[in-house]
Amino acid sequence: MMKRIVILGAGTAGTIMANKLRKALKPGDWSITIVDKEETHYYQPGFLFIPFGIYGKQDVIKPKRQFFPKNIEVIISEIDRIAPDVNKVYLQNADALDYDFLVVATGTEICPEEIEGMKEELWHKSIFDFYTLEGAMALADFLKTWEGGKLVLNIAEMPIKCPVAPLEFLFLADDFFRKKNMRDKVDITLVTPLDAAFTKPIAARELGDFMEKKGINIVTEFNIGRVENEEKKIVSWDEREVEFDLLVTIPTNMGIKAIERSEMGDELNFIPTDKHTLQSNGWENVFVIGDATDLPSSKAGSVAHFQADILFENMMSAIAGKPLEANFDGHANCFIESGGGKGLLIDFNYETEPLPGKFPFPGIGPFALLKETRMNHLGKMGFRWLYWNMLIKGRDLPLEPHMSMAGKYIPEEEAETV
Amino acid sequence: METAVLDNRTIELDKDGNLANRDDWNENIAQEFANMEGVGELNERHWIVINFMRKEFDAKGDAPSIRKLTKESGVSTKELYALFPKGPAKKAAKIAGLPKPKGCI
Ligand SMILES: Cc1cc2nc3c(=O)[nH]c(=O)nc-3n(C[C@H](O)[C@H](O)[C@H](O)COP(=O)(O)OP(=O)(O)OC[C@H]3O[C@@H](n4cnc5c(N)ncnc54)[C@H](O)[C@@H]3O)c2cc1C
Repeated sequence: MMKRIVILGAGTAGTIMANKLRKALKPGDWSITIVDKEETHYYQPGFLFIPFGIYGKQDVIKPKRQFFPKNIEVIISEIDRIAPDVNKVYLQNADALDYDFLVVATGTEICPEEIEGMKEELWHKSIFDFYTLEGAMALADFLKTWEGGKLVLNIAEMPIKCPVAPLEFLFLADDFFRKKNMRDKVDITLVTPLDAAFTKPIAARELGDFMEKKGINIVTEFNIGRVENEEKKIVSWDEREVEFDLLVTIPTNMGIKAIERSEMGDELNFIPTDKHTLQSNGWENVFVIGDATDLPSSKAGSVAHFQADILFENMMSAIAGKPLEANFDGHANCFIESGGGKGLLIDFNYETEPLPGKFPFPGIGPFALLKETRMNHLGKMGFRWLYWNMLIKGRDLPLEPHMSMAGKYIPEEEAETV
Repeated sequence: METAVLDNRTIELDKDGNLANRDDWNENIAQEFANMEGVGELNERHWIVINFMRKEFDAKGDAPSIRKLTKESGVSTKELYALFPKGPAKKAAKIAGLPKPKGCI
């Protein structure tokens, strides 16, 4: 009898998996169904550039169907709920689906309503997000005529997807206001729940130096409790206050509501998942990939891509009734736009924090790790082409899913204390 | 390795100043950490949080986030910050004898 794989979510991870699985499994033996609520694929890394007029809407959207393989079933519908104990998915505008294997790739969404006062009078007037296309577009409009004042970027709570994006936003903002000859009219402050600019110490120091050089202030260990709309300030749970004229928020990031309704998630609706095999902890035939997992790896497109290599191998094993032997190591690889046509690159995994060195070829590069170069900026801009043309189509890139220590070195001060 | 004299014994600490070995923990040490962290005399409400943290750590291998704490311990975020000013998750973990919660990335 024909068996069925259902993939929930046709974003970065779901699209890659559909392509990889369809190529490997005979259509006569396995049917593959993919479900998404939208017809449009958003290139989310491009949202970063929209507020500054570097990209427009057309640069970051394409029809999803352009990236699906032939011979899969595509259903456009909101997912209502999963019933993993009976291998069923309920949809809002279509019949329920039965599955033999399920891949959950529904990502994460921002939840501004989690913060008191966030989504009130000032929302998309003086308070903006840039993690959605609408937010980024509204902010672009606002910035066109803004005359300056206090720009505050606040991260509500961790984890967030693409944890370097807020820093990139600040570097680009600094550059943007400089070019408009109004940098002296803008006071830029990062307000973060972390105790430094970033979570990993060596990169945090490097990025902290950058912020200082660019005159960007930082307020640390600030856990936002509420927004005071009238007085235009954010207030932490321990009653510290930061005033703003323009608040750019990275609201709480959560897994989608359908996961909550299915009672499959943790307190943020992320699904408990084996950090090496990507099998869900709760159900043998349910796999989870990308931002939807509770893994301690970064939530990033590059991570979803490395995970896809591992998950593909493990699903093929599961289908053959063999043990799952491929192991995800937490590998992440992120270009960090630093303004002025330059960028940095970080490469790390569960065990190894971002280190300086060369990538991907030891000693040669062309990319420099944890160092600001023009080449890294070109890498960042070139990623969009790679994303549309190679990555989500599931083509092999000359990049190993596992992180390599080749080409990396540990700075001397750290080496002594290790 | 850093050490400190707590509860009249010399005890090993990790690089964050939390206990290096959970087995060294007892209620006196919890109180001494609380004094060091400016939390003061531990009351019944503090203990609800501390015990919840220890239970979660045993089950999950990591201290719970603030969100999980408030959702499951019955102590609101507001109260949590009143009990452990500034960094409830970090301070309560130290007092509970656990390592600093892993920052998510
Ligand atoms: C501003 C910004 C900058 C970024 N920069 C980078 C970067 O430079 N490099 C990098 O590697 N990553 C970056 N990322 C992160 C990257 O985009 C994500 O990590 C990646 O897309 C995750 O893939 P995913 O498949 O897990 O989730 P997604 O790609 O988000 O896909 C989830 C899919 O599920 C669908 N869905 C959700 N709910 C439902 C429902 N109820 N019913 C049906 N369908 C549903 C959605 O429509 C979507 O298509 C950035 C993200 C943002 C927001």
